[in-house]
Amino acid sequence: MTHNPVLRVMAKLMIPFILLFALYVQFHGDFGPGGGFQAGVIFGAGLILYGLVFGVETALKVFSPTILRIGIAVGVLLYATVGLAGIALNGKYLNYNVLAHDPVHGQHLGILLVELGVFITVASVMMTIFFAFAGRKS
Amino acid sequence: MAEFVDFILLGFLAVVALAMTRLRNLFAVAMLSGIYSLLSAVLFVVLDAVDVAFTEAAVGAGITTVLMIGTLALTGTEEKISGRHTMIPLLIVLFTGAALIYGTLDMPAFEDPQAPVHQHVAPKYLRDTPIETGVPNVVTAVLASYRGYDTLGETTVIFTAGLGVIILLGLGQRKPGGTA
Repeated sequence: MTHNPVLRVMAKLMIPFILLFALYVQFHGDFGPGGGFQAGVIFGAGLILYGLVFGVETALKVFSPTILRIGIAVGVLLYATVGLAGIALNGKYLNYNVLAHDPVHGQHLGILLVELGVFITVASVMMTIFFAFAGRKS
Repeated sequence: MAEFVDFILLGFLAVVALAMTRLRNLFAVAMLSGIYSLLSAVLFVVLDAVDVAFTEAAVGAGITTVLMIGTLALTGTEEKISGRHTMIPLLIVLFTGAALIYGTLDMPAFEDPQAPVHQHVAPKYLRDTPIETGVPNVVTAVLASYRGYDTLGETTVIFTAGLGVIILLGLGQRKPGGTA
């Protein structure tokens, strides 16, 4: 599959838009359908497409196994840390009202951060699962 | 008109499911399961559940199909014909299906505003979300804020899945000459 010029050119054209769309879904999730989970899956799918067309080894140069392993843990930790920050600021676990001076701003900040955590973990896990499976072929 | 669309979509779902049970070529089955997910996503859009439809299209039709095909590349593409009887599983499936349909008879009518699901916490979320969180999409507010514990649990499940795959299959550390 790596020597098919049509696939290579089309993938090169499409992947930037897939990644951009993932970020749009991520940051527009407050206003329309979408959120961290969907955005993470789309971002992971874009890089899986890259791995399918250009080879898993090339894709692992972009997101190395170490980065993926760190990403998997960082997302969950970011989510849990936002919860702990609520306790540290005299609130309750995962209550975002205390994160900023204004409760509504605190909610905005908290939702943004936990969705980012979900995004990082989901995207890393999706890539990890595919690369672990596809890497066994060779 | 909406019922017409529903019937066509449900009919397609049944056809795709039957084709999946009959086909022996597993690549075709993997693609059909992707089509099944896309049809389900369209049904969710008809039911105005766009967030669920989005997830179904991205995960069910996208990632799952890719993972299935990735697995088939490692195993085989033809389903072996088993000599076992298929009568008992068919009976179990028919009995379970009949029980589920019997269960739906007690459910409130579709789009009934008096249904319990629309009377419990839903009105509070719809009323208070714009004031308390300022987020226009109530689904996002419920997932990330009101039900933040559940989403943390779900993220941990994804984390565990990735961890399991890394432990079982390894990632990027194949030893030369190893069995992996």
